[in-house]
Formats: sequence, structure tokens, C-alpha cells
Amino acid sequence: MEYTNKMLLKGNEAVIYGALLAGCDSYFGYPITPASEIAHSAALLFPRLGRVFLQAESEIGAINMVLGAAATGRRTMTASSGLGISLKQEGVSYIAGSNLPAVIVDITRGGPGLGNIGPEQSDYNQVVKGGGHGNYRCIVLSPGSVQEMCDLTVLAFDLADKYLIPVYVMADGVIGQMMESLTLPEPAAVKHELPDWSLDPAKDRNNLVTSIFLKYDRLEEVNIALQEKYKLISEQEQRVEEYLMDDAGIVFVAYGICARLAHSAVEILRDKGVKAGLIRPITLFPFPVDALNKAKKKAELFLSVELSNGQMIDDIKLTLECSVPVKLINRMGGNIPTIDELVDRSLGAIKELKEDGK
Amino acid sequence: MIETVTHSRPEGFFDTFERRPGPIKKNMHYCPGCGHGILQKLIAEAISDLKIKDKTIFISPVGCSVFSYYYFDCFGISVPHGRAPAVATGMARSNPDSIVISYQGDGDLGAIGFNNFIQAANRGENMCVFFVNNAIYGMTGGQMAPTTLPGQKTVTSPYGRSIANEGYPLKVSEMVAALDSPVYVERAALSTTKNIMNARKAVRKALRNTIDRKGFSMVEFLSGCPINLKLGANEMNEFINTQMMSYFPLGRLKDIADDRDPIRRPVGIYKSKKVKELLYPVSVEKCVAPDFKNKSEIFEKQRKIKLGGFGGQGVLSLGKMIATMGKLRNFNVSWLPSYGPEMRGGTANCSVIIHRKKIGSPIIDKNCNLLIVLNQPSMKKFLPELKENGVLIYDSTTIEKPDCTPDKKVYAVDASNIAKKIGSLKYANSVILGALAAVMGSNFLTPADQIDFDRTFEEAIMDCFSDKETIIKLNIEAFYAGQKAVMDSRKKNPKQASRLSKADLTMSLK
Repeated sequence: MEYTNKMLLKGNEAVIYGALLAGCDSYFGYPITPASEIAHSAALLFPRLGRVFLQAESEIGAINMVLGAAATGRRTMTASSGLGISLKQEGVSYIAGSNLPAVIVDITRGGPGLGNIGPEQSDYNQVVKGGGHGNYRCIVLSPGSVQEMCDLTVLAFDLADKYLIPVYVMADGVIGQMMESLTLPEPAAVKHELPDWSLDPAKDRNNLVTSIFLKYDRLEEVNIALQEKYKLISEQEQRVEEYLMDDAGIVFVAYGICARLAHSAVEILRDKGVKAGLIRPITLFPFPVDALNKAKKKAELFLSVELSNGQMIDDIKLTLECSVPVKLINRMGGNIPTIDELVDRSLGAIKELKEDGK
Repeated sequence: MIETVTHSRPEGFFDTFERRPGPIKKNMHYCPGCGHGILQKLIAEAISDLKIKDKTIFISPVGCSVFSYYYFDCFGISVPHGRAPAVATGMARSNPDSIVISYQGDGDLGAIGFNNFIQAANRGENMCVFFVNNAIYGMTGGQMAPTTLPGQKTVTSPYGRSIANEGYPLKVSEMVAALDSPVYVERAALSTTKNIMNARKAVRKALRNTIDRKGFSMVEFLSGCPINLKLGANEMNEFINTQMMSYFPLGRLKDIADDRDPIRRPVGIYKSKKVKELLYPVSVEKCVAPDFKNKSEIFEKQRKIKLGGFGGQGVLSLGKMIATMGKLRNFNVSWLPSYGPEMRGGTANCSVIIHRKKIGSPIIDKNCNLLIVLNQPSMKKFLPELKENGVLIYDSTTIEKPDCTPDKKVYAVDASNIAKKIGSLKYANSVILGALAAVMGSNFLTPADQIDFDRTFEEAIMDCFSDKETIIKLNIEAFYAGQKAVMDSRKKNPKQASRLSKADLTMSLK
């Protein structure tokens, strides 16, 4: 029989193909729209490869199963959305504090509270800034296509193992729900080897996984080591995709579905003679400060396009340190701006900037 | 015969407790008279005697036993309050050879973590739960526990636990024994020597069940907390033996381990070749080379297709078939559904975009090139999104003739009736696709492209329904019936749907 690596998949389904090809051993999750297809695919495909799929009793149960599985040295994951991620935060803090690798997928929806199932990007703060208690961060990858839902899931497992850190793949409901054609990557060549610290009969029985350190000085040391790790990650792992940035005076910064819209808006603005460009952060932590700092040399205006009240814009402002004006173009509640709206509001912002300058 | 009892440290413990901060390395941190010390010694003896030190993972919960890992010479982990059974689940599933011990107090297990606990029990996870019930919160300073006795005074029930306010104590063992999955449930006590010897047996039995992969075993231990209960050693034992036991009677509540087969878990497949075989889709036989590039002028620009109808009419799968056709001919495609509650019974729609180049936004909110409508509400909703000179195909069995501007190319297809003749309404979407093929053929495609379009459709059907032969056959039948319907109507009324003039064609390509 002939096999093909070309598929037409939903973003949510592509995540599971990526996970299995990366050698993920177990999936623990609780259903929630618009992330449920991830669990559906996992339920279908993990057992086919003799791997573990378990529908947990709750989000809290799921993240703690991930904590347990991660401690055994296996590649493991969970997925959820908005409010479910809120519930997982305590467990994520433990995983970060215990220096364990794990992958968490967040297909964001509308909030606060029950909100709705429409696409919002309002989980930015709770995912990119740590979310739970304590001085920790997670690497956050942000796919902009179905292909990237697969590829960045593979990358998430690699980064989680490299830095012993929880890694999020965070996409909005549109990227999760849409289908696109993709090319499946090759499977990981060998079975993921158990690290020496694993709680597994094959390893030293005195292995201990913990995040409790009673002595203040000791806990401070632990925290300093974590911050050094985050600094290293910030230096090494920034990823962006740039579009027409060579001479861009008007710089869109957008991720997920907003980046797709901004891509189209940039083309229209270029047709109108506006030197627009796009920086699409692929990593939200580490935030791509290098790309922004490079862009600010020519930029007159940065536009943060977000499906939230303006959460990423804080990171843009922190990066630019007021050297270039930054404005927000946003929608909330599950609404997505049309490309026309995006173009009009960009032109409005440019006009405003010129008036401010007078 | 007199058995010689040697009072020494069991080998399940470290020789000295180096993990314990401070100068004391020989003794445990537990208060005098506390049950934890007794029980942990029983467990340490057992894991040594059963020779499982190298595969035991001892989960330290939150509570007085949070520092259990100071003592046990085996794998250790500390976990969030109440979540030990969920963590244990992750471990037991990841490596079924591990012996996972979830050691929990009454607050950890009975209050904050009860759901994680009872669900793990109900799944029959292969693990041991050792549940220490001392009727009070020890570490946080003597607050009420779910197992605090009626009338018992604590710092958060200073007038005594009131049934009206706090309800009755939680009978955990009885609840677990009522479930079908758990294999062994026993309540023991850590008060008298006799009770402790029984507790010792229960510890070993539970661990042996886990070694034999029999599933979920739990032992509840009635235990003393003399400091928080402000009782002396003898009074403490008296409290356990009379007051606690009258509410929590000792005994084996369930023991069906012998009747259960060992749990078998699958072995993960990781070999690259095997993973590909099981995961990669079977390739459909294509009549074009793998690197085929369609050269039709029509795909110079991106083509936006909007489809609307009732949920369940096959609107989304029709969109998927069109997207699959694009995929099979190496175009970039996107398919975006309306998702959520409206899918269940209401109106469903999807947007499909096909393009040679990279697709920007997958959302279509105006200027669609092709609109396919299968119900009346969608006609009203989406007709305004159809661009000038755009093509409209609709199911004329169920939808009234729309009021369109004359630039639109409108095709009424009696899709539901044709599908019913084939056998089921669910083939209506393939009928529509057949109609699309005829429309494309007469207006946009070269004869060679037309043949390939039909062929691509058959490939797409095979791709979408690879394992259902009858469905493939009937969908293909529906496709050609739809195609024929459009061609026949053209013959009957050549003026209405004539081949577009060169000028029209150029217009609609813009």
C-alpha cells in the first residue's frame, strides 16, 4: 500500500499528528470547545500506536496526570481553552517549579467567565506571563496555519525537553477549527530516551521530583536558576516570520488569525502606497524583541492587532521603550475585524499620528 | 516458639535522613504519638520485604506527610494538594511496571482532592492509596476535616462539628467499596498493637495487589493527632478505639482481587516505519504526477467559495470535498466552518479558498466567487456576499428562485429530488458538486481540465470516504446525475445558461 504525507486537516487534528510524530507517549485532557477535536483525534490515534489516551475527570485532573507522566520521563501533553487553562494553572506552576517538560495546547476562546466559544486572544496574559503562582514562565509558540499547528507541536516537545519547561502551543479558535492542506513531518527517528532524572524503574531510585524548598535561601537559588534559564531562552529561541519588513514604516505585529488578516492588509496598504510590513511572532515567550528592535529603526508606527483588550501591546511597548508610537487595533467577544476594517483603522491610526505630530 | 523481634530501621527507609534540613538526621519530623510515623514504618518494611524499592514511586501529598520523601529510599515526588491520585494515574499509565503509592490525609483525599481520588478509584487505576484519617487537619493547625466527628471541637468548629452546619463525617471507605472497579478496600487503625499488626497486613496486601496489577486498592487508617486533639498517648488511643471506631468501623469492606485478571496495558509503538504505516493516510491513486501544477487561468487569483445550509445537510462535507480536490491537485486550500452551537440544528456554513499562492485570511465576508446554498435562510444571509459576475448554485427543490442582479450566473439544481432518487438526501451535496463540474466545464475549464475535474472529484470522494465502498459508489453516481441535470437544462433552455462570452469570462475572473 502507498502512503502519503499530504493531508487536509483541521488545526486541532494537526496538533495530534505532530504530537505522535514527535513521540508523545500520553494525552490527558478534558473536552472543551473549541479545543475538543484535539481530544477526539487523540482518542482515535493514540491507541492506534499503543500510546496512552485518557479522558480526565477535570482540567485539574488532566494537568496533574501530565505532571505524573512527565515525571516518568515520557513525552506527554494536554489541551484546553481559556477557562480550562485557568483551572490548570496550579499544576502548570508545579511542572515549571519541578523543571519538568510538558506540552499544553490552548485553543483560545472568548472570556471572561464563561464568555463564548468565539475566537479571542485574551489568554495572552495568563499563558505568556506565567499564569499561576510563582516566578515562572512557559515557552509559548503561536501557530499561524494548520501546517504550523503540526510543526510547532513537534518543536514544543523538543524545546520542553531541551529546557525542562512547560511549553504552550497557543492558537485562537479559527486556527484550531480551520482545515488546510499540510505535509506531515517524518516521525522522530528513535524512541525518546528516558532522561536520567526520570521516576522510572530503569533509573536511580533516589530520583526525586519536587518544588518544595523550605529554606528561603535555597528557594531563592532555585528561582534565580529559573530566571537564568528564561534569560537563556530569551536569547536563543526568539522566532518570527517577517513580511515586507525591509523598508516598513508601518509595522503590524500580530499572531494567529490576526497575522493572516494583517498579511492581507499589508498587501492592500502597499497597493495604496503605504510602506506597511508585518512581524508575526512565532514565539510569544520569548517575545521577539530582536525583530522589533531592528524594525524600530525605520518604523514610524507599530500597530498591535489583537483579539483582546490589548495584551500583547504591553510587550511591544516594553520592548520599544516609547521610542516609536504603538497603537492597538482590536476586536473582542469572538469578533474578527474584516480586512477592510483593518485597513481603514490602520489608515485612521496613521492619520492620527500625523495630526499628533503637527 | 517465641519470635525474635528486632527493633531496627526498615530497609525501605534511608539509613540517615539527609534530605531533612537541619541537624536532625536520624528522626522523623512527626510529632510524638502521630500515626504517620507508625504507618510509614509499616510501608517501608513492606517495600523492602516485597523487594520493590527500585520500582516504587512514593507520592508525598500536601499535609503533614509532605516531607515523606525525606525518609523513603525509593522514587519520590511532591504534588499539588489533593492531586496525588491524578499524578499517580499519569505515572501508572506511563509505566505499568511502576508501583505507585498515593499517600494522603483526610483533607487532601476527602476534601480538596476527593474527585481526583474517587475517579481514579472508579477507573480502577493500578495503584495503592494509603489514606490517613485522623479526623483533623494537622499541618495547618487543627482545623476541621471532612472526617471530623460530630460534636468534635477544632479551631474551625470551636463549638463542635454541627451536623446542621457541616453535615456528617465522610465515610470514604464505604463510598469506595460501593464502586465496581476497586479490588480491595479495608479500614484499619494505628492504635493498639493488634490493630497495628492488622494494618501491617493490609499494607502488604494492597501493595501485592499493585504488584500483581490487580487495580485499585485502598486502606484507610484511623490515626492519632494528639497535639492538635490535645490528648495524651493513652487518651489518643482511647479516642480512636471508641469514638472514631464507632463512626468508622474497622474491617475489610471489599476484597475481590483474586477474581480479577491482571490489568494489561498496550505497548507504545515508536518505530519510524511502523508509525508511518499506522498514521500516514493511504494514498489514493492519482492520475497526475505528485508535483502536478494545474495551469488553469481561473486559479491565477484566489478563489473564494462560500457554502451555506442546515446543519446535517452535508454543507461542511461538501466544502471539505472541494477543499480535498484542491489538495489533490497541489493547490493551497483553506476550509473554515462556522463552529459551535449553531452546528447542532441551526444553520451551518463554511468558507473554502483555493489558491496557487499562500492564502491570507481564511475568512470570507464579501466578494466570494462561488456561492452554494442549500437552504432558504442561507440564501438571504450570503447572497449579498457574492461578487459581481459571481456564480450561484442552489437547491431548487427547497429554495425559491432568488432575486439576483443580472450579472450573476445562477444555476438552479433539483438536488434534493435527484438525491432522493439515488437513495438518500445525504447525496444532495454530491449532486451539487456534479452541477458545479458542469458549470465549471461550460464556463471556465478547457476540455482537458474538465476531464481532470471529474477525475479529481472521484479521487476526492475516495480520499474522504476511503473505507466505505458503497458510499463512494453512490456519491459518484450523484455527482454525474448533478452534472447531467445542468447539461440537460442547458439543452432545454440554451439561452438561460449559455456558454459565457469571452467578455463575461474575463469579468468573472477579475
